[in-house]
Amino acid sequence: MKRFTAWRRRPWAGYAVVLAALAAIGVIYAGFSPQTERAEAQNTAQAAEDLKNGQQLFNKNCASCHGLNAEGSKDAKGKPLAPSLLGVGAASVDFQVSTGRMPAMNPGAQMPRKKPVPDFDTTIRTDYKEPEKREAAEKQKARAEKNLADLRAYIASLGGGPEVPPATATDPKKGDAALGGKLFRTNCAQCHSFVGSGGALTGGKYAPPLDKSDVTPTQIYEAMLTGPQAMPVFNDTTLTPENKQAIIAYLVKTREEPNPGGNGLGRIGPVSEGLVGWLVGIGLLVLAAMWITAKKPKKLKKS
Amino acid sequence: MSDDNKDTGSEEPREGGGTPERVVGTPSPAKGKALLPGEDEHSAPAGAGEELDEASAKRAERIVATFFLLAFAGSVAFIAYYIGWSGRNGGMHGIHRARESNLWLGGMMALSFLALAVGVTIWVRRLMTSRPIVQDRHEMRVDDATRESFAQDFMEGATDSGITKRPLLRRTLLLAAAPLGLAPLVLLRDLGPLPEKRLRHTFWGEAVKKAQSQGKKGVRLVVDGTNRPLRVSDFSSPGAMITVLPEGIEHDVPEEKVLTQTAKAVTILINVPAEQFKPAKGRENWHINGIVAYSKICTHVGCPAALYEQTTHHILCPCHQSTFDATDAAKVVFGPAARPLPQLPLAVEDGYIVATSDYHEPIGPSFWERG
Repeated sequence: MKRFTAWRRRPWAGYAVVLAALAAIGVIYAGFSPQTERAEAQNTAQAAEDLKNGQQLFNKNCASCHGLNAEGSKDAKGKPLAPSLLGVGAASVDFQVSTGRMPAMNPGAQMPRKKPVPDFDTTIRTDYKEPEKREAAEKQKARAEKNLADLRAYIASLGGGPEVPPATATDPKKGDAALGGKLFRTNCAQCHSFVGSGGALTGGKYAPPLDKSDVTPTQIYEAMLTGPQAMPVFNDTTLTPENKQAIIAYLVKTREEPNPGGNGLGRIGPVSEGLVGWLVGIGLLVLAAMWITAKKPKKLKKS
Repeated sequence: MSDDNKDTGSEEPREGGGTPERVVGTPSPAKGKALLPGEDEHSAPAGAGEELDEASAKRAERIVATFFLLAFAGSVAFIAYYIGWSGRNGGMHGIHRARESNLWLGGMMALSFLALAVGVTIWVRRLMTSRPIVQDRHEMRVDDATRESFAQDFMEGATDSGITKRPLLRRTLLLAAAPLGLAPLVLLRDLGPLPEKRLRHTFWGEAVKKAQSQGKKGVRLVVDGTNRPLRVSDFSSPGAMITVLPEGIEHDVPEEKVLTQTAKAVTILINVPAEQFKPAKGRENWHINGIVAYSKICTHVGCPAALYEQTTHHILCPCHQSTFDATDAAKVVFGPAARPLPQLPLAVEDGYIVATSDYHEPIGPSFWERG
């Protein structure tokens, strides 16, 4: 006890306590923030030069879980491991594969968004300066797009289902952002947060963030249409294509809003932002108060 | 210590006489006794730092002066920005320039105040000595003579007024004061209208009554936001979910009450796979082949509970994680909510989904007279 008291009286002890408290707040915040522990993009270097048609791609990438006839699979206890893909449609395939969620790496509460496998990676950059490099990248991108289209066509041929929306239906510039905001707040914001920052669900599941530009309008449309994983379905007769376009317009528009002060803090709203500001501000004020009142006495030099 | 107090107290007797009571927290009046031996008048407390020499004082002086100059620059920049820049391109601090204007005006002012404060603090810490200064506290109790004379004055006044001698006056005075004390209770009652029966009903009830008076089965469900009535075939995808309201809520309710009524009537429509749906007793025909409607207002404290997971069929409330099972009459499976979400009886009319009555129980959190 005596040693602790002595430690407590050290000049830096107070600063250490405040720093520890601030660090603890940070750690707790990081723990609650939904963006922890996303699986890293995987790098299985699969050279798939010759795989051209969808069935071959399916057999290679999907059949191990979804079965050779896309009928799905169950574990020994009869619990479903992978769902049947009969009737899920091209939109579902396009969403799952283009966001990198499928092919999945390991079973978990939720399949994370990641870089698509090279076969299907249509997001690679092609703006290289060297012509050979650019040509190669463009070729690879075209191949990936063809692979994805072939896979979509193959799954759609097994049992129909929702089609990939045309580009005109997902153009954010043509949507009514005000209506989209209303629909988003009544039907989507409970999970995805007001401007699409995402949020936690039960049992390790989460609603992914929609506020990054890598979430394309087409993917947003497809997610609403097909209801991937725990997300409910919003079919075209409940929320019409115009309604979906409005929601896309709202999401894209809110991305463009600047964040005054730098960090948007997930756009959690003025009250919560105020709380964060207050906690940080009080911490700084405590430090300042300690500096002002810290004992540093001097004697007058007798002269 | 108490011995010391008595000793020193007797050393300097005060006007009122008697031993002074020492106030807790004040320094001991034992003036003559130094805490530590060998302290001179200008000494600092134990553990004091270095002596203040002229060279370091000069250095500190320059640092403080730099901060003061910084503060000066901040204030001048504030004025310059206010006059010169924030008003340029027409429009004084218009909405489009508010953010930039806030940043620079606030930043300059903050810099000015901060530099001033830092300068003063360094001045105090580096240039001023920590010579102990003694400030005596004075006795707070007035002397006995004053007390006695006050008591005498008071009693004189009381006798003169005759309040003890004339009971009629005394009693009517008390009577006059009593209702004055009760008056605030009346004001409290009128701070707002009483809830009456409004907490027990939602607009669904009125809407259904109106529809039935026109010979219909019930009121149609419309999508919140687009006011589009929903057909059963529109809502056929398993795992679908949508927020719905009674048809006509925007037109049939006085404008100032639309939001209140919407907040109460808001409902989530869910398509649960029919084979997994277990209707509650007495509610076997409240769903349409797995299409079921629950109040969106959590029964815990009234947050909108609508985080529907189509894989587990759980409805989660984001505020306190109350979880309801959509397949099982929205029973609470986790969290602090005490009651299931109220269910809205549904039916089909001309292919449209309709509600055939209001919720059978009050929606939302508990309230005093709910029973």
